[in-house]
Amino acid sequence: MSQPPVIELRGISTRFGSQIVHRDLDLRVDPGQILGLVGGSGSGKTTLLREMLGLVQPSAGSVRLFDVDLALADGPSQRMVRRRLGMLFQQGALFSALSVYDNIAFPLRELRCLDEDWIRRLVYLKLDMVELSPEHARLMPAELSGGMVKRVALARALALEPELLLLDEPTAGLDPDRSQNFVDLVGALQQALGLTVVMVTHDLRTLSSLASHIAVLADQHLVACGPKADVMAVDHPFISGFFGNDRRKLL
Amino acid sequence: MNAVPRLHLESGRVVLTGPWRLANMLPELPELQQQLQNCVPAAATWDLAALDCLDSAAAVLLWRTWGNAWPADLHVSPLHRQVIERVAASPMAVAAPARQRFHPVEALGHLLLQALSHAQGMVVMFGQLLLDLLHLLRHPGDLPWREFSANIYKAGAQALPVTALVGFLIGVTISYLSALQLRSFGADIFIVNILGISIIRELGPVLVAVLVAGRSGSAMTAQIGVMRVTEEIDALSTMGVSRSLRVVLPKILGLTVAMPLIVLWTSAIALLGGMVAAMLQLDLSLLYFFDNLPRAVPVANLYIGLAKGLVFGFAIALVACHFGLRVKPDTESLSANTTRAVVTAITSVILADALFAIFTRHVGVPSL
Ligand SMILES: Nc1ncnc2c1ncn2[C@@H]1O[C@H](COP(=O)(O)OP(=O)(O)OP(=O)(O)O)[C@@H](O)[C@H]1O
Ligand SMILES: [Mg+2]
Repeated sequence: MSQPPVIELRGISTRFGSQIVHRDLDLRVDPGQILGLVGGSGSGKTTLLREMLGLVQPSAGSVRLFDVDLALADGPSQRMVRRRLGMLFQQGALFSALSVYDNIAFPLRELRCLDEDWIRRLVYLKLDMVELSPEHARLMPAELSGGMVKRVALARALALEPELLLLDEPTAGLDPDRSQNFVDLVGALQQALGLTVVMVTHDLRTLSSLASHIAVLADQHLVACGPKADVMAVDHPFISGFFGNDRRKLL
Repeated sequence: MNAVPRLHLESGRVVLTGPWRLANMLPELPELQQQLQNCVPAAATWDLAALDCLDSAAAVLLWRTWGNAWPADLHVSPLHRQVIERVAASPMAVAAPARQRFHPVEALGHLLLQALSHAQGMVVMFGQLLLDLLHLLRHPGDLPWREFSANIYKAGAQALPVTALVGFLIGVTISYLSALQLRSFGADIFIVNILGISIIRELGPVLVAVLVAGRSGSAMTAQIGVMRVTEEIDALSTMGVSRSLRVVLPKILGLTVAMPLIVLWTSAIALLGGMVAAMLQLDLSLLYFFDNLPRAVPVANLYIGLAKGLVFGFAIALVACHFGLRVKPDTESLSANTTRAVVTAITSVILADALFAIFTRHVGVPSL
C-alpha cells in the first residue's frame, strides 16, 4: 500500500510585484523522509516553507498537506492539519510577552485536554531535549541569546509531537557541538515516531548526517530533487559550488 | 488516522497496543487515563512490545501512572525504552518562585517610586532637549530637517480633517444648547460671547490636545517602542547618531510647532459650526457675528489659546517619547507603555490647562 505524500506541491509559482521567486515548482515529500532544502540566500526557501504552511498564497499552483488542500479546506480541517505539524521560524518567532516556559506550554494548553502537571513535565522534557536547563524556563525571550532562541523555538515546535516538522535554518547560530546534538535529537525522533522533516539549512554537516533527500532551489526552479546520493551526482554549477570538493566526503 | 491507542488487562498483564501518540490519544483522553489508573493495582507486568509508536506525551502519561518509577516487570522494545528513559531522566520541575503576597503599603510605595522615576526621566529628557537645542544653535547644519518636516506633516497636516470634523460638531452642539438657554432669558445676542470665549480660550486647545494625544502621541510611543524592540535604537547609537537628536527632538519640536496651528484651525471651524447653528436657531446673521466677535472676545484670548496649544503639544510629545524609550523588548510592554503614554499625556494636558486657568484669570476677560 502506498501512503499518500505528506506534502505535495504542484506547479507552484510565486511573484512579489515584478520579482519572480518560484517558477512552476513540483515537490513531493513522503512520510518518513528528511528533506534538506538548500539554495542561495534569497532564493525563496523561507517563502516555500510559508507556502507549505498556507501563510502565503502562491500566485499559481496547489499545495496539499496530509492530502488536504489548505486553500480549499474549511476552518476545523485546517486546524486539524496545523496541529499535526510544527514549524521552527528562521527568527524564532517566540511570543515576546510570554516566558520560555509559557511559550512551550502554550500549544499544549491550547489543546484544553492536558492537566497542568502533565504540561509541566512535558515542558521540562522538551527543554531537556534541546539542552536548556530548567532555570532557563523563567527567562523572557528578550533575555535569551540567539542560539537559545533557536532551541526554545525548536522545543515549541516539538511540543505537540508533530508528524511533520518544518525547520528554517535550525542550526544557524548553534555551536558545532549543539548542532550535532540537534542532529541526534531529530534523528532519534524520526526513528521513534517516523517523523517527516523538511529543513532549510546551509550547514553541510547537518545536511549530510541527517537528510535522506535533498532538494536544490536555484534559478527559480528545483534544479535537483531526490535521494541524497542522486542529487550529489547532478552536474549543475550551483550544486558543484554549494557542496564544493566535499561531495565525496558527504556521502 | 482512525487507529486509537488501546490497552487491556489479562491476568495481571497489561498489554498496550496501537499508536500511543498525542494526536491519537486526544479524542478519548479521559477514558484512557481512567483505564490506566484502574490497571495499576492489579498489574504485575507491563507489556509494551506491541506498541506501534510511543511519543513523549504518552511516555509522560505512563511514567506518571507508574508513580515515577520503573515497573518491576516491563517488556518494551529498545527504541521505546529510550523514549521512556528520556522522561525518567528529565529533571523534575524546579520549585516555582514563591509568589509575592500583595501588600497595600508596598504597592503604594511602588507606584510612588514609579511615578517619581517617570518624572525624573522626563526632566532628564527635557534637559537633554535643551542641550541639543544649544548644540543646534552652534551647529545649525545638524538639525534633522527631514524628520522635522515629516513630523509636522504627520502630526499636523494629516490631523486637519479629523480635528475639523470634531470641532465643527462640538461648535454646533454648544451653540445649540446655549441658544436654548439664552432664548428663555431673551439674551440671544450673548451667544457670540459664549461661543467666542469658550471655544477660542478653552475648548479649542483642549479638544485638539485630546485628539492629538490619542492620534500622534500613541503613534510616537509605538514607533519609538518598536524601534527599541527591533534594536533599531541600538543600531543608531552604534553609528554615532544621537537618538535624542535624531529621534526625540524632531518629534517634540514638530508637535510643538504644529499644535498652535491645529488649534487655530480647529477653533475657527468650531466657531463656524457655532455660527451656522446660531443662524438656524436664533436667526442671528453671520454678519452680526463677525461684527461682534472682536468686541466680545478680547484678542488676548486668542493668544492664550495659541500658548496653550504650544504647551500642550510640547507636553504630549515629551510624554510620548519618554514612554516610548521605556518600552522593554516585548509586546506586552509595548502595549502597556502606549496606554500609559496616552493617559499620562491627557492628564498632564488637563493639569496644564488648570494652571493656565489660574494664572490667566485676569487676562482677556471682556469688561461689560
Ligand atoms: N513579503 C514579501 N514581499 C516582497 N518580497 C518578498 C517577500 N518575502 C520574500 N520576498 C522576496 O523573496 C525572495 C526570497 O525570500 P526568502 O525569504 O524566501 O529567501 P530565503 O531563500 O529564505 O533566503 P535566506 O537563506 O537568506 O533566508 C527574496 O528576494 C525576498 O526579497
Ligand atoms: Mg530564509
